[in-house]
Amino acid sequence: MISRRDFLQVSMAASAMVGASGFANWARLAAQQSLTQDQLLQFDSFGNISLIHVTDIHGQLNPIHFREPSVNLGVGTNKGHVPHITGADFRKAYGIADGSPTAYALTYDDFASLAKGYGRVGGLDRMATIINAIRADRPDALLFDGGDTWHGSYTCHHTAGQDMVNVMNALKPDAMTFHWEFTLGSERVNEIVEGLPFAALGQNIFDAEWDEPAELFKPYKFFERGGAKVAVIGQAFPYMPIANPGWMFPEYSFGIRDENMQAMVDEVRAAGADLVVVLSHNGFDVDKKMAGKVQGIDVILSGHTHDALPEPVLVGKTHIIASGSNGKFVSRVDLDVRDGQLMGLRHKLIPVFSDVIAPDPVVAQLIEAERAPYKTQLEEVIGQTDTLLYRRGNFNGTWDDLICDALLSEREADIAMSPGVRWGPSLVPGDDITREDIWNVTSMSYGQAYRSEMTGEFIKVILEDVADNIFNPDPYYQQGGDMVRVGGMGYRIDITKPQGERISEMTLLKSGEAIDPAKSYVVAGWASVNEGTEGPMIWDVVEDHIRKLGTVTLNPNTSVQVAGA
Amino acid sequence: MEFSRREALAMGLGAAMVTVLPFRVNAAADDRIAAFTGGADIAEGGVTLTAPEIAENGNTVPVSVAAEGATAIMVLATGNPTPGVATFNFGPGAAAQSASTRIRLAGTQDVVAIAKLADGSFAKASATVKVTIGGCGG
Repeated sequence: MISRRDFLQVSMAASAMVGASGFANWARLAAQQSLTQDQLLQFDSFGNISLIHVTDIHGQLNPIHFREPSVNLGVGTNKGHVPHITGADFRKAYGIADGSPTAYALTYDDFASLAKGYGRVGGLDRMATIINAIRADRPDALLFDGGDTWHGSYTCHHTAGQDMVNVMNALKPDAMTFHWEFTLGSERVNEIVEGLPFAALGQNIFDAEWDEPAELFKPYKFFERGGAKVAVIGQAFPYMPIANPGWMFPEYSFGIRDENMQAMVDEVRAAGADLVVVLSHNGFDVDKKMAGKVQGIDVILSGHTHDALPEPVLVGKTHIIASGSNGKFVSRVDLDVRDGQLMGLRHKLIPVFSDVIAPDPVVAQLIEAERAPYKTQLEEVIGQTDTLLYRRGNFNGTWDDLICDALLSEREADIAMSPGVRWGPSLVPGDDITREDIWNVTSMSYGQAYRSEMTGEFIKVILEDVADNIFNPDPYYQQGGDMVRVGGMGYRIDITKPQGERISEMTLLKSGEAIDPAKSYVVAGWASVNEGTEGPMIWDVVEDHIRKLGTVTLNPNTSVQVAGA
Repeated sequence: MEFSRREALAMGLGAAMVTVLPFRVNAAADDRIAAFTGGADIAEGGVTLTAPEIAENGNTVPVSVAAEGATAIMVLATGNPTPGVATFNFGPGAAAQSASTRIRLAGTQDVVAIAKLADGSFAKASATVKVTIGGCGG
């Protein structure tokens, strides 16, 4: 029922490419010749309904590089299961050839040289081409945006999300759910949502005062497609006021609320839904658990944890689709729904190779117009990098190593902390670092870089707390980010231990001494969820640091020892 | 200097809360349960307790309880210094045996609901509510 073949076609085309990496121009030409737009879009229409899923674009209007994680550990029953396998294990699980375009899109190895061969990924103008092609094939295909759209770039920050709203509206989504959008502040979110030409969904978006469903966000919407009634239920990120500053949207409450999800599924089934789709920003493991608890969901379009999976994962009778992040993928899901039942499904995770997919001219022009007023600011070159700069990974990434270095040096701190977010494109060695690149990995509405004194004991409390938000064996207690990144300090973590026992051997790197629980250390960090945090903006701190360096060269970070993986 | 004392203080409070985690059912909670049930056996199931997995604000956590046919439901925050939260009594005319309230939790702990059913038997449900300093979701 699940089509493995559709995806493997892409990797088959790839095998000719092995060994091509390292010869940038020749290889790119080869990529264009061996991999065509038609090939990427090839799909034998199936059934009577098509869904298109995009998610976690994080403000990326234009093509970027995005390296997938090398470390993405699962705990409890999820240990060793997708999406918690990476690199060669991932390629083996899906039969992907080393060095192929698919390997480049879905795994981390040899990223810098493959990036030179296969080029950038994403871009909303390319996504538009894919979406239009699917609609040409199936005119009433439904397009869903899983959220984390109105956040993550220089232009998005300066327009308070308007650039993304304008360009996404041109893609004509049918529904959307939310996460980082709320960090624009509730007033701005309400303003945008009131004007959206499509449904803003979230069965778990509640009024904080009355603990009742929020009026502005509907729990679900019905669509008539292919002679069937399709109910789409929204599920916003459950832990917004905890993972992000709740004081920016105090009127709203979230939570998983799976009892209410069950009530909504029962309600839409009673109202005649033939197909029940959940547009989710839960994160993959939470969606898996929810699929096992809530009965009657046919398809979960999963976002938040930025996983890209070439096949659906089946839990009971629920198919979970994970469509990646930063504009890198578009998922197409064709469904055969008859007699109130899902009879079959065909799926393809379409990688948005920006050198292969032609940009849609209308959307390309819109993007150009959004960027034009900021062009000089965006394109200013701040420095260069000799090192691959990436963020994804459970414990550290080179971008965060650089950001922590900037905090240590510019803020004269002993220890630096950088939040374990999963957004932010990569730069390959030899790239210029522009102001836009810095904003792509730092921009947010609470970017103040604080400088504070913390005792060794309190630093351990923070690390233990964040570690439990990632490695609690029950996904419902996880928030979906990665571990807080630390500069100036090393530690050991045993991910199998309970909260309070995971972190040990905390060491101040500059002296090599053990962190003293009673002693105070100067800690610099950013993205505090506390109201009234003071300090310069993190993007300015990082820009100053890179300017002084000229060329960024980072040593491999070995300061975190991981056990129990 | 742009040292944020306010933030340090705010985070310090959070720290005081989480360093003593996790709480266990304490003697005071056991005493309350014994007083409510008279030492009778308590069955699992038959009680619905709805609480968030992670509290958005530990100072005001919404919880709901329901148990069909119950004459009373007691709610305990087992990790609080004073575990007793409320006991809801339902008369014969009550249309539904359910109630909602907001409670304050001193830290990550189990919230327990024990229902006294019409036949005099007892049933319970519990839920772990995590209180966290948060801040790194991605």
